[in-house]
Amino acid sequence: MNKFLSHIPAVLNPKGTIAADERQLIVTATMLMLLIVVPVLVLTFVIAWRYRAGNTKATYAPDWDRSRKLETIWWLIPSALIVGLSVITWQSSHALDPSKPLASSVQPLKIQVVALQWKWLFIYPKQNIASVNFVELPVGTPVEFEITSDAPMNSFWIPQLGGQIYAMSGMSTHLHLRADAAGDYTGSSANLSGRGFAGMHFVARAEAPADFDNWVRSVKHSAPPLTFTSYEALARPSENQAPSPYSATPAGLYDEVVMQYMMPNATLTPASAP
Amino acid sequence: MNPSIDPTAMSPSSKTVFGFWLYLMTDCVLFATLFATYAVLRHNTFGGPSGTDLFSLPFVLTETMLLLTSSFTCGLAMIAAHRGAKTAILAWLGVTFLLGASFLALELSEFSHLVAEGNSWQRSGFLSAFFTLVGTHGLHITIGLLWMGTLMLRLLRRGLTTISARRLMMLSLFWHFLDVIWIFIFTLVYLMGAIS
Amino acid sequence: MSILGRLTLQAFQHGGITGLALIGTAVAGTLGAIAAAIWLTVTRRWGWAAGRARWLWREWLTSLDPKKIGVMYIVVALLMLLRGISDAAMIRAQQATSAGNAHGIVSSDTFQQVFSAHGTIMIFFVAMGLMFGLINLILPLQLGARDVAFPFLNATSLWLFVAGMALINLSLAVGEFAATGWLAYPPLSELAYSPGVGVDYWIWSLQIAGVGSLLSGINFLVTIIKLRRPGMSLMKMPVFAWSVAGAMALVVFAFPVLTVTLTLLALDRTMGMHFFTSAFGGNPMMYVNLIWAWGHPEVYILILPAFGVFSEVVPTFSSKRLFGYTSMVWAIWSIVVLSFLVWLHHFFTMGAGADVNAFFGIMTMVIAIPTGVKVFNWLFTMYRGRIRFTTPMMWFLGFVVTFTIGGMAGVLMAVPPADFQLHNSLFLVAHFHTMIIGGVVFGYFAGITYWFPKIFGFRLNETLGKCAFWCWLTGFCLAFVPLYILGLMGATRRLDHYDASMGWQWLFIVAGIGVLIICLGIGFQLLQFAYSIWKRHDTRDTTGDPWDGRTLEWATSSPPPVYNFALTPAVSERDAFWAAKQAAHDHPQSHAAYQPISLPRNSAMSLLIAGLSFVFGFAIIWHIWWLALVALVGVVGAIIARSTNEDTEYEISAAEVAAIEAKAARKSEGGRA
Repeated sequence: MNKFLSHIPAVLNPKGTIAADERQLIVTATMLMLLIVVPVLVLTFVIAWRYRAGNTKATYAPDWDRSRKLETIWWLIPSALIVGLSVITWQSSHALDPSKPLASSVQPLKIQVVALQWKWLFIYPKQNIASVNFVELPVGTPVEFEITSDAPMNSFWIPQLGGQIYAMSGMSTHLHLRADAAGDYTGSSANLSGRGFAGMHFVARAEAPADFDNWVRSVKHSAPPLTFTSYEALARPSENQAPSPYSATPAGLYDEVVMQYMMPNATLTPASAP
Repeated sequence: MNPSIDPTAMSPSSKTVFGFWLYLMTDCVLFATLFATYAVLRHNTFGGPSGTDLFSLPFVLTETMLLLTSSFTCGLAMIAAHRGAKTAILAWLGVTFLLGASFLALELSEFSHLVAEGNSWQRSGFLSAFFTLVGTHGLHITIGLLWMGTLMLRLLRRGLTTISARRLMMLSLFWHFLDVIWIFIFTLVYLMGAIS
Repeated sequence: MSILGRLTLQAFQHGGITGLALIGTAVAGTLGAIAAAIWLTVTRRWGWAAGRARWLWREWLTSLDPKKIGVMYIVVALLMLLRGISDAAMIRAQQATSAGNAHGIVSSDTFQQVFSAHGTIMIFFVAMGLMFGLINLILPLQLGARDVAFPFLNATSLWLFVAGMALINLSLAVGEFAATGWLAYPPLSELAYSPGVGVDYWIWSLQIAGVGSLLSGINFLVTIIKLRRPGMSLMKMPVFAWSVAGAMALVVFAFPVLTVTLTLLALDRTMGMHFFTSAFGGNPMMYVNLIWAWGHPEVYILILPAFGVFSEVVPTFSSKRLFGYTSMVWAIWSIVVLSFLVWLHHFFTMGAGADVNAFFGIMTMVIAIPTGVKVFNWLFTMYRGRIRFTTPMMWFLGFVVTFTIGGMAGVLMAVPPADFQLHNSLFLVAHFHTMIIGGVVFGYFAGITYWFPKIFGFRLNETLGKCAFWCWLTGFCLAFVPLYILGLMGATRRLDHYDASMGWQWLFIVAGIGVLIICLGIGFQLLQFAYSIWKRHDTRDTTGDPWDGRTLEWATSSPPPVYNFALTPAVSERDAFWAAKQAAHDHPQSHAAYQPISLPRNSAMSLLIAGLSFVFGFAIIWHIWWLALVALVGVVGAIIARSTNEDTEYEISAAEVAAIEAKAARKSEGGRA
């Protein structure tokens, strides 16, 4: 594979616990289905070849059109497979529900995510810092992402850490992930949100907890603060924004971003207001 | 029954009447979708007024009585059609038309009152859903009245023929259908909106 | 407010490739028209031209004959296939070249309009067009009927389809198209983020075409229930007719939802309402639910008749009865019912929660069971048959291979946590193209090839047909296998640019080559039509039964007379024509006396209604309110005018029928001799 693909496909190369479970699910489901699909394909070619008009040796039964036995087999066997897959579906849907917190002895880190046109804003409420198009995570620490949008519908996705979830205005979705190895992982928006949406990729960097703390400290010392005014400027459309950090965020910024779509006269006015 | 009219003209076995029933089913799905939309948006007032603030039940009761009575008179027109009594048909259709037009006038006055107060369909999701659901019903009533008018003209000019009888059958199905939809609107929108 | 609403000269100005293409088309069109006028004058053929125009008007444009209407649907659909595949080529070209510092051949905005147009056109105007075309051509014949239940409505459906098609193509020249994807999710499709005319073009072209589809749904259902040959109970109908019944039941339930959803979005955009806006109490998630409540049944609407085609093709070319008729019927209705219970699988990632997601995931998998049953039934129709590998059979075999693999990808994505990693990626794009190309397109191509001789009286060239097939199959694999891989590499759909470091570019290049090979396949199909028409005397079908068929459409001459069947004797078995052929060996044919036959007169009213609908759509899009009102009043007036017309049928006398039948019998004898 390495001859053709310089990278192992991201979905099959997990670096986080959720992505690892999801990959296992994909592999298991595929294997189970191949149990039926491969024989069907083989059967197709065998039947087509054996019963070609030129082969007069084969039996020709032009009026034979029913067989209780055969029908039972091909209603039952696929049904059995589907029953098996259904059990897997039920269990995995609950185990891997994005809003389900990860079991861990480590205190989870909360990161609030705002999809903007056409960049991602990451707010760390506890550390009181923020960054655009760059998110840093401590390895081994469960992260709770709270996600909203101040733009059209987007989808927050870091394939090597786990599956995606939609980012929608006036709403807050939740995604729990954990990075299990240090590295830089690509993230993107997986839902068309306008002209610049292809540029909405970001780096999710996982580092050892001590290095994470260092990063937080350096941001607090060197970066400009984010205010409601500079936020409204940030929310205006722009493309291919370079990663930039902020040393402080106004209290309740994320909640105001959500609320502005739910009630009139909030601190912020939607950028999309008529 | 007038012997010159094909007896199957008004029965469901006629392919035209059957086709019309199918169309009514699609209209049913259309209204069901609008009801579902209303159900989802009924509390989305965005700080503005809700049904409790806006709906006047006595007013709506008057509208309902007008429409229900018009369904009754439409039924009387159909009975006259089975008898082949052209004049009676025209009379009862005329009454139905007047009752339907009164219903529509009342509804339009309710709408313009809301708009004048500043509670138009642009105010909130709830109001958009309300105006659209009730307005779609009103649009169907308008089309029904237009149909009724042209059918009455046809009866006047050509009398009660097989084609007229069949169209009268379909119109009366349509009119009763709109009455049933109104019952749902009255209950789910006005009654439940006013008391919640 | 200007008399032309918001239509200004700027709407006609286009830059880049679009501008070049439009100028090129306009110049070529003008030069062509001038050249034609000169030629007609010099050769003194204006009378001939007028005669041709009258022929076109009388024989085609105002015809209410479903055989004509069917041909027109398919011609329009194939033209739209050329438009759709050009869009596809542009998408591939952009994505193959737009990596790193290069930014491809078009701007992001143009690219987003191109893929939105591609999807919209392929689903609504190619797939639906081919489907309605084949149904028009074949359903009445298979049921032993002379026409559909409501011929005028049928023609109106066709012309509304054409009006919608015209509107969407007009957006190329006047204004712009939606840049929102083929389903135009809000809030992106709301005024705040899409203030131009693009989304409005999308809404109204689909709304107009959608009304046509809904009317057809009612029409074909009534045809099946009311117009079957005496003795043809429902369980004796050909399976193609059953598949149409199932698809039309889906149309009747699903299309009203589309009508409402498009209307609500239009009300948001035109009257300032708040169904799906971000603020003011709108709910964009509701749009997603509504549009997919239509959208999922829509894909089953497309596939069921394609399955029906295979249920005709496989028995005929295996010279054997269809295996498991009853199962096939049950499978169709299971699919119909289940298709209303799966729509949420299109947005597992919207956060509905584990219980809801799991329910819809399981229902989605359950639908694979009746589909699989159908595949087994076809395979065991071939088993112990005598298989002829004609072009339609090749399309079927190509379908089995591709559809099975694509179906596997689908069941995989039906597991919500797996879908979280695959949703909106190129894996998804590859999956649904596999189903639509492998299933819908291959099926309707098989149907066109299979039934072509019945409609036109001569067979299509087999060699060119097979060349087309192999190009399509190879091109399809080259175009979409890389997309499955790209999806697994984390490539989202609809990207107009990506980092060179992702390692994606070579896969996009391979996919681009695949599309070129598909284009080659289309070239072979066009060549096949041209060549077959040129050599039609060599492949003439004189008997009406070129394939040794089993169902009633083969019991007429090729092409059939305008009334399809001179006589309508009762039938008593499935595969009624096959049974009649066996019986005819034992007993010579004799028949009752001919009766006069009533047929619908031509009508220009359908054209008028559709033309006015087009004007209405255009006027609403550009906010030319007075024109919209005039057009609407015109439509209502035309409907009322038609309703007052009592003289809508004409009669063919018994003597004329006898003469037509005698001529066909002579041609048939000559062919057999």
